[in-house]
Amino acid sequence: MKKPESVIIELAPRFEVGAKAAVQNTQLRRNMGKATQTIRGKRAGVVDELADWESLRVAGQHIKDDVMQHLDTYLIQLEATVTQSGGHVHWAKDAHEANEIVTRLIKATGSTEIIKVKSLTTDEIRLNEALELAGITAIETDLAELIIQLAHEKSSHILVPAIHKNRSEIRALFQKSMNLPDLTDEPKELAAAARQFLRDKFMSVRVATSGANFAIAETGSVCVVESEGNGRMCLTMPEVLITVMGIEKILPRWQDLGVFMQLLPRSSTGERMNPYTSIWTGVHADDGPQEFHLVLLDNGRSDVLADAVGRQTLHCIRCSACINVCPVYERTGGHAYGSVYPGPIGAILTPQLVGTAHADSLPYASSLCGACYDVCPVRINIPEVLVHLRGKVVAEKQTQPQSWFDGENLGMKAMATTFAHRTTYELAQHAGQLAQWPFVHDGYIENGPGPLGKWTAMRDFPAIPAQSFRDWWRERQRDE
Amino acid sequence: MLAKIRTAINTGDRGDFHEAHTSAPYITNDDGNVAVRIELFAHRVAEYKAWVGHCTAAGIAQAVAERLVIRGKKRMVIPSDLPDSWLSPGVEYIRDSQLDRTVIAGMDGVLSGAALGIAQTGTIVLDGGRFQGRRMISLLPDYHLCIIRAQDIVGVVPEAFAQLATTMQIPMQPYTFISGPSATSDIELNRVEGVHGPRTLDVFIVE
Repeated sequence: MKKPESVIIELAPRFEVGAKAAVQNTQLRRNMGKATQTIRGKRAGVVDELADWESLRVAGQHIKDDVMQHLDTYLIQLEATVTQSGGHVHWAKDAHEANEIVTRLIKATGSTEIIKVKSLTTDEIRLNEALELAGITAIETDLAELIIQLAHEKSSHILVPAIHKNRSEIRALFQKSMNLPDLTDEPKELAAAARQFLRDKFMSVRVATSGANFAIAETGSVCVVESEGNGRMCLTMPEVLITVMGIEKILPRWQDLGVFMQLLPRSSTGERMNPYTSIWTGVHADDGPQEFHLVLLDNGRSDVLADAVGRQTLHCIRCSACINVCPVYERTGGHAYGSVYPGPIGAILTPQLVGTAHADSLPYASSLCGACYDVCPVRINIPEVLVHLRGKVVAEKQTQPQSWFDGENLGMKAMATTFAHRTTYELAQHAGQLAQWPFVHDGYIENGPGPLGKWTAMRDFPAIPAQSFRDWWRERQRDE
Repeated sequence: MLAKIRTAINTGDRGDFHEAHTSAPYITNDDGNVAVRIELFAHRVAEYKAWVGHCTAAGIAQAVAERLVIRGKKRMVIPSDLPDSWLSPGVEYIRDSQLDRTVIAGMDGVLSGAALGIAQTGTIVLDGGRFQGRRMISLLPDYHLCIIRAQDIVGVVPEAFAQLATTMQIPMQPYTFISGPSATSDIELNRVEGVHGPRTLDVFIVE
C-alpha cells in the first residue's frame, strides 16, 4: 500500500469534518462566493465567444487520449529532443526521488536560495520543505503564492492559492511582513509592493525552479503560462533552470499548442489569452539560463494510468474551471479537501495518487451535479470517476474484518439480498409499511431510527406509500 | 519507470480509445478579411489596457518620437539589429550587446519589433528574431513600445502556431507571447495591471 507522502496534507481532517468547520466561517464564505461568481461569469463570456469551443474540447480530449495511450513513446521522444537542444532530462519515480534530484542540482551550483515559478507539481512533492531541510531557501514569486508563503498558510485553490483572502487581509499581511505601514488595500498598490519586494531577487538569484503547463515531444519545447511576469523573470534571469513536470503534461506535437492555448486561458482566468506565455527549448545561446534540467515525475501517475476509468484524470491541464463552478467548493473553500488539489478534480486526483485508503472521504465530497464535467476543457467525466472511486472505497472496506460488523455494510448487504428477489422485496416492503408508522409525518420520515437517523439529519426520506406501485398494478389488472 | 508506464498502458482493460489525434473541426484560420483582422487586433490589444496606434513604414521614427514624448521616456534600450530609421532624435538609444542586467533594468523602456500578432486574442509573439533581441530587454524595463507589421498579424491562435512551426528547427527559438501589460488576478480575481513585467505597453501597427 502506498504512503500518503506528498499530495495530501498530513493530519488534515476528513472532508466532512473540515467542511463543517469551513462553512461556519462567514468571512470565508463571502470571499469564496464573490471570487467564484466573478470568475464563472468571466469564463462563460469568453467561452461563448468561440463558435468552435465544443470542437476544441473534443480535440483536447482526443490529443490527451493519444498521449496516455502512447505515453512511453512520447516520453522517450521528449527526452531525445530536450537533450538535443542542450537540456538534461531526469526521471523521478516519486516525490522523494524528485526532491533529491532537485536538491543535488541546486547544491552543485553553490546557491543557497532559489526563485520559484508557481507550480502545483512542486507543491505536490513538497519541494520547499525538502529544500529547507537541505539549507536552501525557496522564494515563491507568484503574488498569491507569496501571500501564502508570508502568511505561513496552505493554498486553497490551484490557480489563485490565496482566493480565501480578501484585499484588506492581504494589506495587513504586507504591512507587517514587508514593513510598509502606509500601504493601502488598493490592489494596484498591493501588486506594486510585491514588485518592489521581489525585484532584487530576480536580479540576483542564480537558480530557478518551475513547473510546466505543456511540453512538446516533437520539439522538446516547454511551456509556462502566467500573468504577472514572475514566470518570465524566473525563466530568463537565472543561470540555471530546473523544471519539474508530471509525465502526463506532455503533448505530442507543436501544433497541439494551438488547441491548448485556447482551452487553458479561457477556462482558467476567463481571459482570451493570459498576459504572458513562455516557450523555451533546451538552452538558447546568449539568452536566458545556460543550464536547463527537466525532471519527469511519476509519483503515482502510472497507477492512475493503469485504471481504465480513472485514467482520464491525467488529462487535466489544471485550469480550475471545475473548482470555480463546484457548488460544494464554493461553500467549503479549498482547505477542507486537505490536499494541494482541491475541488472536483482534487476529489478524483488525490485519492488516485495516494490510494483510496488514504483519502476515502474525498470521492464523497460532491453532489454529482455534473457542472464540473460540463466546463472541463478536456472533457474529463468527473462524476463518472467519482462514482467509480466510491465503488473502490466500499470494495476496499469490505476486505477488512471490521466491515463484518459495520452497520452500513451489513445493511447494504441485507438490502442487496432482499432487493434481488421479487418475493423478498415485496415482503420487506409490506413489513416496512407496518413498521414505519411512528416515524412518518405528512408522507415523509424526518427523523429516522437508528442508522437511518444520520441520513435523515440532512434530508427527508419519503415514506413507503400505503399502496405500492406493484399493488396498484395488480389491482388494475384484476379490475380489467 | 518506463517499464511501469508500459505495464499500465498495456495491462487490463484499455478502455474505449479514440482514434489517435482528432479530426474535430476546430477553426484554423479566419475568413481572410485583412482590414477586419487588423481592426480586431487593435481592438483586442487595447482591451488589455494597452495603447494601440497606427503608422506607416516611413513614419515609424516620427510615431515613436511622439509616443516617447507623451510617455516621458528618454533612455531606451533597443535590440542590436533595430534599424536606425526607426530612431528619433532627442532620445538616448542604447543597443543591447550583452549589456549588464542592471543597465537594462535602469532604462526607461524598450523599443522592439515583433514576430507575429494574433488578432483573435490581441497577442504579440516575440521569438528573439528580427528587431526583437534577447528576452531580458523586453522584460526588465517598465515600458515596452512594440512595432508590429500589419502583414505579420494572423487571425486565430492555431494559425500562429502553424506559422511559427514553418521555421521550426532544432535548436528552436525562445518564444514569448504577450497579451497586454503584466497583470495579476490574485487579489479577489480582479485583473490588475502591473506586476513584474513592463507595466505599460504601447503598440504601433505599421500598414
